[in-house]
Amino acid sequence: MNLTLQNFMSSISTESPSSNGKYAIEARNLNLYYGSFMAVKNVTLPIERQKITAIIGPSGCGKTTMLRSFNRMNDLVPSAHSEGEVLFMGQNINDPGVDPVEVRRHIGMVFQKPNPFPKSIYENIAWGARINGFRGSKSELDDLVERSLRSAALWDEVKDKLQQSGLSLSGGQQQRLCIARAIAVKPDIILMDEPCSALDPIATLKIEELMRVLAKDYTIIIVTHNMQQAARVSDFTAFFTMDEDRAGYLKEFGVTTQIFTYPHEKLTEDYITGRFG
Amino acid sequence: MPRETLDAKIRHLIDEILVLDSMIEQTTLDSVDALKRRDTEAARRLYAYDDVVNAKRFEIENDCIATIATQQPVMGKDLRLLASILEIVGELERMGDYAKGIAKICMMIGDEPHVKPLIDIPRMAEISVKMLHRAIGAFVARDVETARSIPQQDDEVDALYNQVYRELVAIILANPSTIDRANHLMWAAHNLERMADRVTNICERTIYVVTGELKEIESSDDEYSKFRE
Repeated sequence: MNLTLQNFMSSISTESPSSNGKYAIEARNLNLYYGSFMAVKNVTLPIERQKITAIIGPSGCGKTTMLRSFNRMNDLVPSAHSEGEVLFMGQNINDPGVDPVEVRRHIGMVFQKPNPFPKSIYENIAWGARINGFRGSKSELDDLVERSLRSAALWDEVKDKLQQSGLSLSGGQQQRLCIARAIAVKPDIILMDEPCSALDPIATLKIEELMRVLAKDYTIIIVTHNMQQAARVSDFTAFFTMDEDRAGYLKEFGVTTQIFTYPHEKLTEDYITGRFG
Repeated sequence: MPRETLDAKIRHLIDEILVLDSMIEQTTLDSVDALKRRDTEAARRLYAYDDVVNAKRFEIENDCIATIATQQPVMGKDLRLLASILEIVGELERMGDYAKGIAKICMMIGDEPHVKPLIDIPRMAEISVKMLHRAIGAFVARDVETARSIPQQDDEVDALYNQVYRELVAIILANPSTIDRANHLMWAAHNLERMADRVTNICERTIYVVTGELKEIESSDDEYSKFRE
């Protein structure tokens, strides 16, 4: 039975046994390929609702590929394909009938480099909402823009210059604008791919504190090279590494305090103590 | 720039220190009270309660290590504070062992009458507990002045200890059959004297957190000072 995700979601009024229970999204036995190259091998990774899960690991271990599989961003790479399942609301998002655009409305993304639209701060929020079906009045749209900017801890800094270009903001502010844009469409999950790598330490800490606040309402998955950041900000940590065939795989997954104080795997220990990677 | 996650974790750790402190204060007073009344039933309960104290200490220690590992307070006051919390929970847990030791002494004495009425030992417990209470308060408030002043009270505890010691030696000399019972009371007094000494260590950590200075607070009646010349 092929359903669009939208149809599927509207067909369930309450959490059914087929949904993912306490998990917002869940990879099961997932293999990801670029052509014949296996980039990620046999990953089973359950992501808890309204928690922050960090994906860490050395360069080339498939962290970003893994992250992008959670909202079908890999579809944009022609040679990419997958095996296994990514379950969201009990539905495999890779099923042929599922609309990837609809998936991305529920599972938003914030990228490494802040990428606001070359439009006003106001329009950065409003435009995304409109194309995702927002049909409210002007004042309702104003409310949405304000709410989103407040949620992204940016409102006080921009409320007097909403018509200025989003590109006029500092890097940290631009990234928070992108977060505001992502949450304006009320996603369930926000994927963050190295969201602070282009930011200075102060802007980084601001985003991290913002993530903690956002985790009260949203599920967040973050990929980061900065394991201190993973330690500071996340509830769960998934450590990826790669095999001799260069395929990335999940070596250890657990509560962040456990991973950073007594990892069970020697490779994890070596990585978090800076002895490898 | 606030670090709300780290600050919240520190606030939680401080709350937990206050919980552990109140456990120690109560168990110390209760142990001495049980000894005074020769209540072996209460002593048994207090002896077993040390497991609860130990578990709380390890819980705080684990939380503190996890906070250091995940929040990385690599510099300054936050790091000094967390390092001091690790030290202080160790001190508190040792004080819990002293209370447990007094409960054990109570069980060992059993129904036998005390060789003297217990007046100075409960007084020692009262002063030690007050010192501890003030020391933890000073730590929480990062109050260096109070922290510096508390160890002077240790002199009172030492004076009471010396008095108890002299009295018990006199009793033993007068009637050697009292040696076991007198010796038990000497241990109880010694435990309380050690407890007050450990309060000084907590005060030193408060000074360290605020000033960065790691230094022993000299006690005015340090009995060994004459050997240092």
